[in-house]
Amino acid sequence: MRLGQRFYLAEAVQGVVVTAGHFFRNMGQHIAHALGRKSARGAVTIQYPEERRPYSPRLRSLHRLVRREDGSPRCVACMMCETVCPARCIYIVAAEHPNPDIEKMPERFDIDLGKCVFCGYCVEACPEDAIRMDTGILEFSSYSRRGMIYTKEMLLSLEPVGPDGRPASPVPIPANRTV
Amino acid sequence: MSALLDVGIVCGRAAFVIMFVLNLGGLLGWVERKQSAVMQDRIGANRAAIFGFRVLGLFHPLADALKLLTKEDFRPARADRFLFALAPFVSVFFALVAFASIPFGDTLRVGEREIPLQAVTLNVGILYVFGMLSLGVYGVMMAGWASANNYALLGGQRAAALMISSEIAIGASIMGVIMIYGSLNMQDIVRGQGQLLFGWLPAWGIVTQPLAFVIFVTAGIAATKRAPFDTPESESEIIGYFVEYSGMKAGMFMMSDFLETVVIAGMTTALFLGGWQVPWLLADGFHFPGGAALPLPHLAVVGLQLGAFVVKVCLMIFVLMLIRWTLPRFRYDQAMRLGWLGLFPLSVLNIVLTGAVLLLIGGRGP
Repeated sequence: MRLGQRFYLAEAVQGVVVTAGHFFRNMGQHIAHALGRKSARGAVTIQYPEERRPYSPRLRSLHRLVRREDGSPRCVACMMCETVCPARCIYIVAAEHPNPDIEKMPERFDIDLGKCVFCGYCVEACPEDAIRMDTGILEFSSYSRRGMIYTKEMLLSLEPVGPDGRPASPVPIPANRTV
Repeated sequence: MSALLDVGIVCGRAAFVIMFVLNLGGLLGWVERKQSAVMQDRIGANRAAIFGFRVLGLFHPLADALKLLTKEDFRPARADRFLFALAPFVSVFFALVAFASIPFGDTLRVGEREIPLQAVTLNVGILYVFGMLSLGVYGVMMAGWASANNYALLGGQRAAALMISSEIAIGASIMGVIMIYGSLNMQDIVRGQGQLLFGWLPAWGIVTQPLAFVIFVTAGIAATKRAPFDTPESESEIIGYFVEYSGMKAGMFMMSDFLETVVIAGMTTALFLGGWQVPWLLADGFHFPGGAALPLPHLAVVGLQLGAFVVKVCLMIFVLMLIRWTLPRFRYDQAMRLGWLGLFPLSVLNIVLTGAVLLLIGGRGP
Protein backbone atom coordinates (compact mmCIF):
# COMPACT_ATOMS: atom_id res chain seq x y z
CA MET A 1 0.00 0.00 0.00
CA ARG A 2 1.13 3.49 -0.72
CA LEU A 3 1.52 5.87 2.17
CA GLY A 4 -1.59 7.83 1.15
CA GLN A 5 -3.62 4.64 1.13
CA ARG A 6 -2.33 3.69 4.57
CA PHE A 7 -3.64 6.94 6.01
CA TYR A 8 -7.02 6.20 4.41
CA LEU A 9 -8.25 9.76 4.85
CA ALA A 10 -7.17 10.89 1.37
CA GLU A 11 -8.67 7.75 -0.14
CA ALA A 12 -11.90 8.29 1.77
CA VAL A 13 -12.07 11.86 0.51
CA GLN A 14 -11.54 10.64 -3.06
CA GLY A 15 -14.39 8.18 -2.63
CA VAL A 16 -16.66 10.87 -1.24
CA VAL A 17 -15.78 13.07 -4.23
CA VAL A 18 -16.89 10.31 -6.60
CA THR A 19 -20.20 9.69 -4.84
CA ALA A 20 -20.84 13.41 -4.34
CA GLY A 21 -20.16 13.93 -8.05
CA HIS A 22 -22.82 11.35 -8.86
CA PHE A 23 -25.19 12.98 -6.39
CA PHE A 24 -24.91 16.49 -7.77
CA ARG A 25 -24.91 15.43 -11.43
CA ASN A 26 -28.03 13.30 -10.89
CA MET A 27 -29.68 16.02 -8.80
CA GLY A 28 -29.11 18.50 -11.63
CA GLN A 29 -30.69 16.06 -14.08
CA HIS A 30 -33.65 15.47 -11.77
CA ILE A 31 -34.21 19.22 -11.40
CA ALA A 32 -33.93 19.79 -15.16
CA HIS A 33 -36.44 16.97 -15.65
CA ALA A 34 -38.83 18.51 -13.13
CA LEU A 35 -38.50 21.89 -14.85
CA GLY A 36 -39.61 20.47 -18.16
CA ARG A 37 -36.54 19.06 -19.96
CA LYS A 38 -37.93 15.54 -20.23
CA SER A 39 -34.83 14.13 -21.91
CA ALA A 40 -32.83 14.72 -18.72
CA ARG A 41 -32.69 11.54 -16.68
CA GLY A 42 -31.02 11.44 -13.27
CA ALA A 43 -31.43 7.70 -12.80
CA VAL A 44 -31.21 4.56 -14.85
CA THR A 45 -34.27 3.14 -13.10
CA ILE A 46 -37.04 1.62 -15.21
CA GLN A 47 -40.21 2.10 -13.15
CA TYR A 48 -41.40 -1.40 -13.77
CA PRO A 49 -45.14 -1.80 -13.87
CA GLU A 50 -45.54 1.48 -15.77
CA GLU A 51 -42.34 1.28 -17.80
CA ARG A 52 -40.87 -1.84 -19.27
CA ARG A 53 -37.66 -2.73 -20.91
CA PRO A 54 -38.58 -3.81 -24.46
CA TYR A 55 -38.50 -7.59 -24.69
CA SER A 56 -36.47 -9.43 -27.28
CA PRO A 57 -38.57 -10.92 -30.10
CA ARG A 58 -37.00 -14.28 -29.25
CA LEU A 59 -38.43 -14.15 -25.73
CA ARG A 60 -40.32 -17.28 -24.70
CA SER A 61 -43.26 -15.96 -22.72
CA LEU A 62 -46.71 -17.33 -21.88
CA HIS A 63 -48.01 -19.82 -24.46
CA ARG A 64 -51.00 -19.23 -26.68
CA LEU A 65 -52.97 -21.51 -28.99
CA VAL A 66 -53.20 -20.18 -32.54
CA ARG A 67 -56.70 -19.98 -33.98
CA ARG A 68 -58.01 -20.86 -37.42
CA GLU A 69 -60.02 -18.24 -39.31
CA ASP A 70 -63.23 -19.59 -37.84
CA GLY A 71 -61.82 -19.24 -34.34
CA SER A 72 -61.32 -22.94 -33.63
CA PRO A 73 -57.87 -24.08 -32.52
CA ARG A 74 -55.36 -24.89 -35.24
CA CYS A 75 -54.19 -27.76 -33.05
CA VAL A 76 -54.92 -31.24 -34.37
CA ALA A 77 -54.22 -33.05 -31.09
CA CYS A 78 -51.24 -34.96 -32.54
CA MET A 79 -49.69 -35.14 -29.06
CA MET A 80 -46.23 -34.10 -30.36
CA CYS A 81 -45.90 -31.30 -27.83
CA GLU A 82 -47.17 -33.46 -25.00
CA THR A 83 -44.64 -36.12 -25.97
CA VAL A 84 -41.66 -33.78 -26.33
CA CYS A 85 -42.37 -31.78 -23.19
CA PRO A 86 -39.56 -32.48 -20.71
CA ALA A 87 -41.60 -31.17 -17.80
CA ARG A 88 -44.70 -33.16 -18.81
CA CYS A 89 -46.87 -30.14 -18.18
CA ILE A 90 -49.15 -30.46 -21.26
CA TYR A 91 -52.33 -32.53 -21.04
CA ILE A 92 -54.36 -33.11 -24.20
CA VAL A 93 -57.62 -34.98 -24.69
CA ALA A 94 -58.34 -35.50 -28.39
CA ALA A 95 -61.79 -35.44 -30.00
CA GLU A 96 -63.29 -35.93 -33.43
CA HIS A 97 -63.32 -32.78 -35.55
CA PRO A 98 -66.67 -32.03 -37.28
CA ASN A 99 -64.85 -31.23 -40.51
CA PRO A 100 -63.95 -34.58 -42.21
CA ASP A 101 -60.80 -32.99 -43.75
CA ILE A 102 -59.39 -32.50 -40.31
CA GLU A 103 -58.89 -35.64 -38.37
CA LYS A 104 -58.79 -34.50 -34.74
CA MET A 105 -59.07 -31.49 -32.47
CA PRO A 106 -58.26 -31.04 -28.78
CA GLU A 107 -61.16 -31.53 -26.43
CA ARG A 108 -58.95 -30.35 -23.62
CA PHE A 109 -55.58 -28.62 -23.85
CA ASP A 110 -54.20 -27.80 -20.40
CA ILE A 111 -50.75 -26.46 -19.63
CA ASP A 112 -49.61 -26.60 -16.02
CA LEU A 113 -47.46 -23.46 -15.89
CA GLY A 114 -46.35 -24.40 -12.41
CA LYS A 115 -44.41 -27.22 -14.02
CA CYS A 116 -43.48 -25.62 -17.36
CA VAL A 117 -39.78 -24.85 -17.77
CA PHE A 118 -40.29 -22.56 -20.81
CA CYS A 119 -37.91 -24.56 -22.99
CA GLY A 120 -40.00 -23.94 -26.09
CA TYR A 121 -39.79 -27.53 -27.32
CA CYS A 122 -43.57 -27.64 -27.76
CA VAL A 123 -43.35 -24.73 -30.20
CA GLU A 124 -40.51 -26.45 -32.08
CA ALA A 125 -42.30 -29.78 -32.19
CA CYS A 126 -45.67 -28.54 -33.39
CA PRO A 127 -46.24 -29.52 -37.08
CA GLU A 128 -49.24 -27.18 -37.39
CA ASP A 129 -47.71 -24.02 -35.88
CA ALA A 130 -50.59 -24.22 -33.43
CA ILE A 131 -48.75 -23.26 -30.23
CA ARG A 132 -46.54 -20.23 -29.87
CA MET A 133 -44.83 -18.49 -26.96
CA ASP A 134 -45.09 -14.90 -28.20
CA THR A 135 -47.66 -13.25 -25.92
CA GLY A 136 -45.04 -11.20 -24.08
CA ILE A 137 -46.84 -12.02 -20.83
CA LEU A 138 -44.51 -12.87 -17.97
CA GLU A 139 -46.58 -11.90 -14.96
CA PHE A 140 -48.91 -14.77 -14.24
CA SER A 141 -49.23 -15.97 -10.74
CA SER A 142 -51.65 -17.75 -8.49
CA TYR A 143 -52.23 -18.50 -4.85
CA SER A 144 -52.40 -22.22 -5.58
CA ARG A 145 -51.01 -24.87 -7.92
CA ARG A 146 -54.47 -25.37 -9.30
CA GLY A 147 -54.52 -21.76 -10.46
CA MET A 148 -51.39 -22.26 -12.55
CA ILE A 149 -53.19 -24.66 -14.88
CA TYR A 150 -54.25 -22.78 -17.99
CA THR A 151 -57.03 -24.35 -20.06
CA LYS A 152 -57.67 -24.42 -23.79
CA GLU A 153 -60.10 -21.49 -23.65
CA MET A 154 -57.66 -19.30 -21.75
CA LEU A 155 -54.80 -20.13 -24.10
CA LEU A 156 -56.98 -19.54 -27.18
CA SER A 157 -57.98 -16.05 -26.02
CA LEU A 158 -54.40 -14.72 -25.96
CA GLU A 159 -53.00 -12.42 -28.64
CA PRO A 160 -49.39 -12.07 -29.83
CA VAL A 161 -47.29 -9.29 -28.36
CA GLY A 162 -47.98 -5.82 -29.76
CA PRO A 163 -45.57 -3.89 -31.98
CA ASP A 164 -44.56 -1.74 -28.97
CA GLY A 165 -43.34 -4.83 -27.15
CA ARG A 166 -46.21 -4.76 -24.69
CA PRO A 167 -48.60 -7.69 -24.22
CA ALA A 168 -51.70 -7.20 -26.34
CA SER A 169 -54.03 -9.25 -24.16
CA PRO A 170 -54.56 -9.13 -20.40
CA VAL A 171 -53.26 -11.92 -18.23
CA PRO A 172 -56.04 -14.51 -18.02
CA ILE A 173 -56.21 -14.67 -14.27
CA PRO A 174 -58.70 -17.29 -13.12
CA ALA A 175 -61.82 -15.60 -11.83
CA ASN A 176 -61.41 -17.09 -8.40
CA ARG A 177 -57.76 -16.43 -7.57
CA THR A 178 -57.73 -18.75 -4.59
CA VAL A 179 -58.08 -21.86 -6.77
CA MET B 1 -48.37 35.87 35.32
CA SER B 2 -44.73 36.58 34.67
CA ALA B 3 -43.74 33.29 36.25
CA LEU B 4 -46.25 31.50 34.05
CA LEU B 5 -44.77 33.19 30.99
CA ASP B 6 -41.31 32.14 32.07
CA VAL B 7 -42.43 28.55 32.37
CA GLY B 8 -44.05 28.82 28.97
CA ILE B 9 -40.87 30.15 27.41
CA VAL B 10 -38.77 27.37 28.93
CA CYS B 11 -41.26 24.80 27.67
CA GLY B 12 -41.25 26.46 24.27
CA ARG B 13 -37.46 26.28 24.02
CA ALA B 14 -37.49 22.63 25.00
CA ALA B 15 -40.35 21.92 22.60
CA PHE B 16 -38.51 23.60 19.74
CA VAL B 17 -35.41 21.49 20.29
CA ILE B 18 -37.30 18.23 20.73
CA MET B 19 -39.44 18.91 17.65
CA PHE B 20 -36.39 19.89 15.64
CA VAL B 21 -34.48 16.75 16.59
CA LEU B 22 -37.44 14.37 16.38
CA ASN B 23 -38.69 15.62 13.03
CA LEU B 24 -35.23 15.76 11.54
CA GLY B 25 -34.54 12.27 12.88
CA GLY B 26 -37.79 10.98 11.42
CA LEU B 27 -37.04 12.62 8.11
CA LEU B 28 -33.58 11.09 7.99
CA GLY B 29 -35.10 7.74 7.02
CA TRP B 30 -36.36 9.42 3.88
CA VAL B 31 -33.14 11.38 3.39
CA GLU B 32 -31.10 8.22 3.69
CA ARG B 33 -33.16 6.36 1.11
CA LYS B 34 -33.38 9.21 -1.36
CA GLN B 35 -29.84 10.49 -1.01
CA SER B 36 -28.35 7.02 -1.38
CA ALA B 37 -30.58 6.46 -4.40
CA VAL B 38 -29.45 9.64 -6.12
CA MET B 39 -25.83 8.84 -5.31
CA GLN B 40 -26.24 5.41 -6.92
CA ASP B 41 -28.14 6.57 -10.04
CA ARG B 42 -31.40 5.20 -8.67
CA ILE B 43 -34.71 6.85 -7.86
CA GLY B 44 -35.42 5.50 -4.41
CA ALA B 45 -38.62 4.70 -2.58
CA ASN B 46 -41.44 6.61 -4.26
CA ARG B 47 -44.51 4.38 -4.10
CA ALA B 48 -46.23 5.35 -0.86
CA ALA B 49 -49.07 7.65 -1.83
CA ILE B 50 -52.00 9.39 -0.19
CA PHE B 51 -54.87 10.06 -2.63
CA GLY B 52 -52.47 9.48 -5.49
CA PHE B 53 -49.97 12.07 -4.29
CA ARG B 54 -46.48 10.71 -3.89
CA VAL B 55 -44.55 13.89 -2.94
CA LEU B 56 -41.10 12.43 -3.71
CA GLY B 57 -41.76 9.47 -1.45
CA LEU B 58 -42.13 11.63 1.65
CA PHE B 59 -44.94 9.39 2.91
CA HIS B 60 -42.56 6.47 3.25
CA PRO B 61 -41.40 7.37 6.79
CA LEU B 62 -45.09 7.51 7.72
CA ALA B 63 -45.73 4.15 6.11
CA ASP B 64 -42.66 2.70 7.82
CA ALA B 65 -43.84 3.93 11.22
CA LEU B 66 -47.31 2.49 10.63
CA LYS B 67 -45.82 -0.82 9.59
CA LEU B 68 -43.51 -0.97 12.60
CA LEU B 69 -46.32 -0.06 15.00
CA THR B 70 -48.61 -2.78 13.70
CA LYS B 71 -46.03 -5.55 13.63
CA GLU B 72 -45.77 -8.26 16.25
CA ASP B 73 -43.75 -7.20 19.27
CA PHE B 74 -41.79 -10.38 19.79
CA ARG B 75 -39.78 -11.24 22.90
CA PRO B 76 -37.57 -14.32 23.05
CA ALA B 77 -38.51 -16.84 25.74
CA ARG B 78 -35.25 -16.55 27.67
CA ALA B 79 -34.90 -12.79 27.34
CA ASP B 80 -34.85 -10.59 30.43
CA ARG B 81 -38.36 -9.20 30.31
CA PHE B 82 -37.68 -5.84 31.96
CA LEU B 83 -34.33 -4.95 30.42
CA PHE B 84 -35.44 -6.14 27.01
CA ALA B 85 -38.32 -3.67 27.05
CA LEU B 86 -36.26 -0.89 28.63
CA ALA B 87 -33.27 -0.96 26.27
CA PRO B 88 -34.77 0.80 23.20
CA PHE B 89 -36.24 3.52 25.41
CA VAL B 90 -32.89 4.19 27.05
CA SER B 91 -31.28 4.34 23.64
CA VAL B 92 -33.78 6.82 22.21
CA PHE B 93 -34.09 8.90 25.38
CA PHE B 94 -30.42 9.79 25.67
CA ALA B 95 -30.15 10.47 21.94
CA LEU B 96 -33.11 12.85 22.25
CA VAL B 97 -31.99 14.80 25.29
CA ALA B 98 -28.40 15.16 24.11
CA PHE B 99 -29.33 18.07 21.86
CA ALA B 100 -30.63 20.14 24.77
CA SER B 101 -27.56 22.24 25.47
CA ILE B 102 -26.64 22.93 21.84
CA PRO B 103 -27.49 26.60 21.19
CA PHE B 104 -29.61 27.22 18.09
CA GLY B 105 -29.47 31.01 18.26
CA ASP B 106 -28.18 34.01 20.16
CA THR B 107 -30.18 35.71 22.91
CA LEU B 108 -33.58 36.82 21.68
CA ARG B 109 -34.81 40.11 23.18
CA VAL B 110 -38.55 40.64 23.32
CA GLY B 111 -39.31 43.80 25.25
CA GLU B 112 -37.63 43.51 28.65
CA ARG B 113 -37.21 39.79 28.37
CA GLU B 114 -34.05 38.05 27.27
CA ILE B 115 -34.57 34.56 25.94
CA PRO B 116 -31.49 32.41 25.38
CA LEU B 117 -32.12 30.30 22.29
CA GLN B 118 -30.98 27.05 23.83
CA ALA B 119 -33.14 24.44 25.53
CA VAL B 120 -30.94 24.32 28.64
CA THR B 121 -28.33 26.94 29.48
CA LEU B 122 -25.56 24.91 31.06
CA ASN B 123 -22.09 26.01 32.10
CA VAL B 124 -20.79 22.59 31.18
CA GLY B 125 -22.88 22.13 28.04
CA ILE B 126 -20.22 20.18 26.20
CA LEU B 127 -19.83 17.70 29.02
CA TYR B 128 -23.59 17.29 29.12
CA VAL B 129 -23.93 16.46 25.40
CA PHE B 130 -20.91 14.24 25.66
CA GLY B 131 -22.29 12.43 28.71
CA MET B 132 -25.72 11.88 27.17
CA LEU B 133 -24.13 10.53 24.00
CA SER B 134 -22.11 7.98 25.94
CA LEU B 135 -25.06 7.05 28.16
CA GLY B 136 -26.90 6.09 24.98
CA VAL B 137 -24.67 3.06 24.61
CA TYR B 138 -26.18 1.60 27.78
CA GLY B 139 -29.38 0.97 25.87
CA VAL B 140 -27.42 -0.90 23.24
CA MET B 141 -25.52 -2.96 25.80
CA MET B 142 -28.76 -3.71 27.64
CA ALA B 143 -30.31 -4.90 24.41
CA GLY B 144 -27.32 -7.14 23.80
CA TRP B 145 -27.45 -8.65 27.28
CA ALA B 146 -31.21 -8.94 27.65
CA SER B 147 -31.83 -10.64 24.31
CA ALA B 148 -30.34 -13.97 25.44
CA ASN B 149 -28.73 -14.25 22.03
CA ASN B 150 -25.00 -14.61 21.49
CA TYR B 151 -25.00 -12.50 18.36
CA ALA B 152 -26.85 -9.73 20.13
CA LEU B 153 -24.39 -9.98 23.01
CA LEU B 154 -21.50 -9.75 20.57
CA GLY B 155 -23.09 -6.70 18.99
CA GLY B 156 -23.64 -5.02 22.35
CA GLN B 157 -20.07 -5.74 23.38
CA ARG B 158 -18.77 -4.33 20.10
CA ALA B 159 -20.94 -1.25 20.56
CA ALA B 160 -19.48 -0.69 24.02
CA ALA B 161 -15.91 -1.12 22.78
CA LEU B 162 -16.52 1.17 19.83
CA MET B 163 -18.17 3.75 22.05
CA ILE B 164 -15.23 3.83 24.44
CA SER B 165 -12.65 4.16 21.69
CA SER B 166 -14.61 6.85 19.87
CA GLU B 167 -15.65 8.83 22.94
CA ILE B 168 -12.05 9.16 24.03
CA ALA B 169 -11.13 10.60 20.65
CA ILE B 170 -14.18 12.91 20.72
CA GLY B 171 -13.34 14.15 24.21
CA ALA B 172 -9.69 14.70 23.42
CA SER B 173 -10.43 16.48 20.13
CA ILE B 174 -12.89 18.80 21.86
CA MET B 175 -10.12 19.77 24.31
CA GLY B 176 -8.44 21.88 21.62
CA VAL B 177 -11.66 23.78 20.97
CA ILE B 178 -12.19 24.36 24.68
CA MET B 179 -8.61 25.64 25.03
CA ILE B 180 -9.07 28.15 22.22
CA TYR B 181 -12.48 29.51 23.20
CA GLY B 182 -11.85 29.10 26.92
CA SER B 183 -15.22 27.78 27.97
CA LEU B 184 -17.25 24.61 28.43
CA ASN B 185 -20.43 26.56 27.78
CA MET B 186 -21.51 25.86 24.21
CA GLN B 187 -23.10 29.30 23.86
CA ASP B 188 -19.77 30.93 24.80
CA ILE B 189 -17.93 28.71 22.32
CA VAL B 190 -20.31 29.70 19.53
CA ARG B 191 -20.01 33.38 20.48
CA GLY B 192 -16.22 33.05 20.41
CA GLN B 193 -16.45 31.79 16.84
CA GLY B 194 -18.00 35.10 15.79
CA GLN B 195 -14.66 36.87 16.01
CA LEU B 196 -12.59 37.49 12.92
CA LEU B 197 -9.08 36.28 12.17
CA PHE B 198 -6.87 38.67 10.20
CA GLY B 199 -9.85 41.00 10.02
CA TRP B 200 -11.82 38.92 7.49
CA LEU B 201 -11.80 35.21 8.30
CA PRO B 202 -14.49 34.05 10.76
CA ALA B 203 -12.74 32.22 13.61
CA TRP B 204 -14.85 29.10 13.24
CA GLY B 205 -13.60 25.93 14.86
CA ILE B 206 -12.89 24.36 11.48
CA VAL B 207 -10.40 27.19 10.79
CA THR B 208 -8.72 27.28 14.18
CA GLN B 209 -8.88 23.51 14.79
CA PRO B 210 -8.83 21.70 11.43
CA LEU B 211 -7.23 18.55 12.81
CA ALA B 212 -9.72 18.38 15.67
CA PHE B 213 -12.52 18.77 13.13
CA VAL B 214 -11.40 15.72 11.17
CA ILE B 215 -10.93 13.68 14.35
CA PHE B 216 -14.25 14.79 15.77
CA VAL B 217 -16.24 13.97 12.63
CA THR B 218 -14.56 10.57 12.30
CA ALA B 219 -15.13 9.69 15.94
CA GLY B 220 -18.61 11.20 15.73
CA ILE B 221 -19.56 8.82 12.95
CA ALA B 222 -18.23 6.01 15.13
CA ALA B 223 -20.40 7.29 17.99
CA THR B 224 -23.50 7.07 15.82
CA LYS B 225 -22.70 3.40 15.10
CA ARG B 226 -23.38 3.89 11.40
CA ALA B 227 -21.29 2.84 8.40
CA PRO B 228 -18.31 2.84 8.05
CA PHE B 229 -18.29 2.16 11.81
CA ASP B 230 -21.32 -0.11 12.01
CA THR B 231 -19.37 -2.97 13.59
CA PRO B 232 -21.99 -3.34 16.37
CA GLU B 233 -24.53 -3.98 13.65
CA SER B 234 -22.47 -5.80 11.01
CA GLU B 235 -25.56 -6.83 9.08
CA SER B 236 -23.74 -9.44 7.05
CA GLU B 237 -22.05 -11.12 10.02
CA ILE B 238 -23.70 -10.79 13.42
CA ILE B 239 -26.81 -8.74 12.52
CA GLY B 240 -26.25 -6.75 15.66
CA TYR B 241 -27.47 -5.99 19.14
CA PHE B 242 -31.08 -5.60 17.96
CA VAL B 243 -31.27 -8.99 16.27
CA GLU B 244 -34.08 -10.14 18.59
CA TYR B 245 -36.09 -6.93 18.36
CA SER B 246 -39.09 -6.47 16.12
CA GLY B 247 -41.78 -3.92 15.53
CA MET B 248 -41.45 -0.44 16.94
CA LYS B 249 -38.69 -1.46 19.37
CA ALA B 250 -36.41 -2.24 16.44
CA GLY B 251 -37.67 1.00 14.92
CA MET B 252 -36.59 2.86 18.04
CA PHE B 253 -33.05 1.54 17.71
CA MET B 254 -32.97 2.71 14.10
CA MET B 255 -34.46 6.00 15.25
CA SER B 256 -31.80 6.47 17.91
CA ASP B 257 -29.09 6.02 15.27
CA PHE B 258 -30.70 8.79 13.24
CA LEU B 259 -31.12 10.98 16.32
CA GLU B 260 -27.47 10.49 17.18
CA THR B 261 -26.60 11.55 13.65
CA VAL B 262 -28.57 14.76 14.22
CA VAL B 263 -26.82 15.29 17.57
CA ILE B 264 -23.37 14.76 16.06
CA ALA B 265 -24.27 17.13 13.22
CA GLY B 266 -25.50 19.69 15.76
CA MET B 267 -22.38 19.30 17.87
CA THR B 268 -20.10 19.63 14.84
CA THR B 269 -22.01 22.73 13.82
CA ALA B 270 -21.77 24.29 17.26
CA LEU B 271 -18.11 23.47 17.84
CA PHE B 272 -16.57 23.73 14.39
CA LEU B 273 -18.94 25.42 11.94
CA GLY B 274 -19.72 28.49 14.02
CA GLY B 275 -23.08 27.33 15.37
CA TRP B 276 -25.68 29.98 14.61
CA GLN B 277 -23.03 32.47 13.41
CA VAL B 278 -23.50 33.96 9.96
CA PRO B 279 -20.17 35.28 8.62
CA TRP B 280 -19.76 39.00 9.37
CA LEU B 281 -23.23 39.26 10.93
CA LEU B 282 -23.07 41.04 14.27
CA ALA B 283 -25.91 41.85 16.64
CA ASP B 284 -26.85 45.00 14.69
CA GLY B 285 -26.39 43.79 11.14
CA PHE B 286 -23.75 42.83 8.61
CA HIS B 287 -20.26 44.32 8.85
CA PHE B 288 -18.38 43.18 5.77
CA PRO B 289 -14.55 43.16 5.82
CA GLY B 290 -14.32 45.85 3.15
CA GLY B 291 -15.97 48.30 5.53
CA ALA B 292 -19.45 48.07 4.06
CA ALA B 293 -22.25 47.59 6.57
CA LEU B 294 -25.87 46.55 6.37
CA PRO B 295 -27.86 47.29 9.51
CA LEU B 296 -30.64 44.84 10.31
CA PRO B 297 -33.37 44.80 12.99
CA HIS B 298 -32.92 42.46 15.94
CA LEU B 299 -35.56 39.95 14.86
CA ALA B 300 -34.08 39.66 11.36
CA VAL B 301 -30.65 39.00 12.82
CA VAL B 302 -32.00 36.29 15.13
CA GLY B 303 -34.01 34.78 12.28
CA LEU B 304 -30.94 34.71 10.04
CA GLN B 305 -28.89 33.08 12.76
CA LEU B 306 -31.57 30.49 13.42
CA GLY B 307 -31.75 29.75 9.72
CA ALA B 308 -27.96 29.51 9.50
CA PHE B 309 -27.92 26.96 12.31
CA VAL B 310 -30.58 24.79 10.67
CA VAL B 311 -28.85 25.01 7.28
CA LYS B 312 -25.50 24.09 8.78
CA VAL B 313 -26.95 21.11 10.65
CA CYS B 314 -28.66 19.88 7.48
CA LEU B 315 -25.46 20.33 5.50
CA MET B 316 -23.52 18.38 8.10
CA ILE B 317 -26.12 15.60 8.03
CA PHE B 318 -25.75 15.54 4.24
CA VAL B 319 -21.99 15.10 4.62
CA LEU B 320 -22.42 12.36 7.22
CA MET B 321 -24.87 10.55 4.92
CA LEU B 322 -22.45 10.99 2.02
CA ILE B 323 -19.72 9.31 4.03
CA ARG B 324 -22.09 6.62 5.25
CA TRP B 325 -23.05 5.67 1.67
CA THR B 326 -19.51 5.88 0.32
CA LEU B 327 -17.22 3.94 2.60
CA PRO B 328 -17.40 0.22 3.34
CA ARG B 329 -17.44 -1.02 6.91
CA PHE B 330 -14.25 -1.22 8.91
CA ARG B 331 -13.46 -4.62 10.30
CA TYR B 332 -13.81 -4.72 14.08
CA ASP B 333 -10.05 -4.75 14.69
CA GLN B 334 -9.56 -1.98 12.14
CA ALA B 335 -12.13 0.20 13.90
CA MET B 336 -10.39 -0.42 17.24
CA ARG B 337 -6.97 0.26 15.73
CA LEU B 338 -8.22 3.48 14.17
CA GLY B 339 -9.77 4.62 17.43
CA TRP B 340 -6.90 3.82 19.78
CA LEU B 341 -3.82 4.08 17.55
CA GLY B 342 -5.05 6.69 15.09
CA LEU B 343 -7.56 9.13 16.45
CA PHE B 344 -6.55 9.17 20.10
CA PRO B 345 -2.82 9.94 19.63
CA LEU B 346 -3.71 12.47 16.93
CA SER B 347 -6.09 14.28 19.25
CA VAL B 348 -3.46 14.32 21.99
CA LEU B 349 -1.04 15.76 19.44
CA ASN B 350 -3.68 18.34 18.61
CA ILE B 351 -3.93 19.35 22.26
CA VAL B 352 -0.15 19.74 22.49
CA LEU B 353 0.01 21.75 19.27
CA THR B 354 -2.87 23.98 20.31
CA GLY B 355 -1.28 24.58 23.68
CA ALA B 356 2.08 25.44 22.10
CA VAL B 357 0.49 27.87 19.65
CA LEU B 358 -1.57 29.50 22.38
CA LEU B 359 1.57 29.86 24.49
CA LEU B 360 3.44 31.43 21.57
CA ILE B 361 0.80 34.01 20.66
CA GLY B 362 0.17 34.65 24.34
CA GLY B 363 -2.90 33.81 26.30
CA ARG B 364 -6.22 32.73 24.82
CA GLY B 365 -6.83 32.55 21.13
CA PRO B 366 -8.56 35.07 18.86
